[in-house]
Amino acid sequence: MIELKNVTRRFGDAVAVDNINLTIETGEVCVLVGSSGCGKSTTLRMINRLLPRSSGEILVDGEDIATMNPQQLRLNMGYVIQGTGLFPHWTVAHNIAMVPRLLKWPKERIDARVEELMTLLDLDPATHAGKYPQQLSGGQAQRVGVARALAADPNILLMDEPFGALDAITRENLQLEMLRIQQQVRKTTVFVTHDIDEALKLATRIAVMDQGRILQHDTPESILRRPASGFVENLVGKQDRGLKLMSLRPVRDLMTRHGSPKPSETGTEGVREDDNLRLALSIMLWQDLPQVAVFNAQGQETGVISRERIIQEGT
Amino acid sequence: MRVWLPSILLALVLCGLSAAMPVLEPLFHWVEPDRQRLIYDRESFLFLLQNHLTLVVISAAIGSLVAVAGGIFATRPSGRDFLPLVSQVASIGQTFPPVAVLALAVPVLGFGEAPILVALVLYGLLPILRNTLAGLEGIDPAVREAARGMGMSPMQVLVRVELPLAGRVILAGIRTSVTINIATAAIGSTIGARTLGDPVIAGLVNGNTAYVLQGAILIGLLALTTDSLFEALERTWDRRFSPQPAMT
Repeated sequence: MIELKNVTRRFGDAVAVDNINLTIETGEVCVLVGSSGCGKSTTLRMINRLLPRSSGEILVDGEDIATMNPQQLRLNMGYVIQGTGLFPHWTVAHNIAMVPRLLKWPKERIDARVEELMTLLDLDPATHAGKYPQQLSGGQAQRVGVARALAADPNILLMDEPFGALDAITRENLQLEMLRIQQQVRKTTVFVTHDIDEALKLATRIAVMDQGRILQHDTPESILRRPASGFVENLVGKQDRGLKLMSLRPVRDLMTRHGSPKPSETGTEGVREDDNLRLALSIMLWQDLPQVAVFNAQGQETGVISRERIIQEGT
Repeated sequence: MRVWLPSILLALVLCGLSAAMPVLEPLFHWVEPDRQRLIYDRESFLFLLQNHLTLVVISAAIGSLVAVAGGIFATRPSGRDFLPLVSQVASIGQTFPPVAVLALAVPVLGFGEAPILVALVLYGLLPILRNTLAGLEGIDPAVREAARGMGMSPMQVLVRVELPLAGRVILAGIRTSVTINIATAAIGSTIGARTLGDPVIAGLVNGNTAYVLQGAILIGLLALTTDSLFEALERTWDRRFSPQPAMT
């Protein structure tokens, strides 16, 4: 758990972060979102003490970070940044092994961990372990960045616009990857972005920041339904809120279940239980279907979802 | 191994010629047809070469240590304020002619090796210092940020990340500095240091072009050998630390 209490950061006379209070529960993904200069990166960098705070308290698991050794603190916090910051003179494997090496793990354990992480992030160890960062694509490099941050299994993950410099398709892939990994490892994550869609997709809770203050700290659904101010309302987009709300809910919520799962007939068009309502609706509109089959992870047909129901109850 | 071959060959030619200068006697006879004494023999060339080299190596070692330490200091958070001062001092050092340094150092240090050593150190500082600063400042800030943010101590950031990344540029600075100093060391002969400048000075004083040529050939060969040695060193460094993006 990370708690920020009345935290302020000044640069000269300018106030970058203005007396904020924020509690991030263990295992939750808190996304700080706002335009550039709103203080979100400054807030993140105060949590691992890359920046000192001007006043206030930051507690990690109840302990004031000002009393801790900054190196020890950071070794227990994965850190991913926009430009990846991979070490150009080290191979991919060496980059990922950075923190375990600092912690003086035995070699066999490091090797096993590097291989495990590369597999987790969908990088083939055989082809990529020996490469240098310059030889990777942007998406691969950022995967290595995430693997490096997870290497020593830290409790906390700090991510500063990690996917900001990537093209839309690569970014989307990495976001899905993040959700998948987060389901497996459940790290307390603080994620900074200026992209509200990214925030809605990844966050369990969103903190909207502007001019150094937190305007609203709530779940994605509440942010969409009850924006606290005009600024937040504009940020989430007044017009397409309906569709954004649909993309937060899984098909599972509104499907009509069969009595028992049926084996799927080959070639049947359908959606998965984990897919969101927006996708299901889009498929039905495009193919002009009144309803569509729903499959579970094993590929069995477990029910159907209808267009009517999504439109009536989806938001 | 192949990268070292040119330097080894040049070194062999240099040593061979220092030991057996008389083999070039026909050349010198052609230059100075009327002279009896064609080969400089007041001191053996091997001794002069050794002395010359010692002066350059010592001054390069001291110069590199001081310049790299200064460059590191000026790029630390605590030394940032000195950055403009440090680069200015280094630039002024370069505008000072080495002969002037000798003239100022002789009254204090007397004749011999000491004043030329001082001049060489001062003179060799700038290229190394300048390149140390450029190398350290040229590192992608994201790399330093990541190193620090993931828990490296300032010392670990310096030794494991910054110096390996800046090393190639620093090495190039040392190369320039050493090459300049091989030529500059010869001036030491004017104040009693024993260097390969001795035959040159003697030749100039006696109007014997053969002597001048013998000194100049050896100094030139020494500079070439050293330069190709650094060339090989830089290539080895590249292979170790900065692989080519294209290789797959």
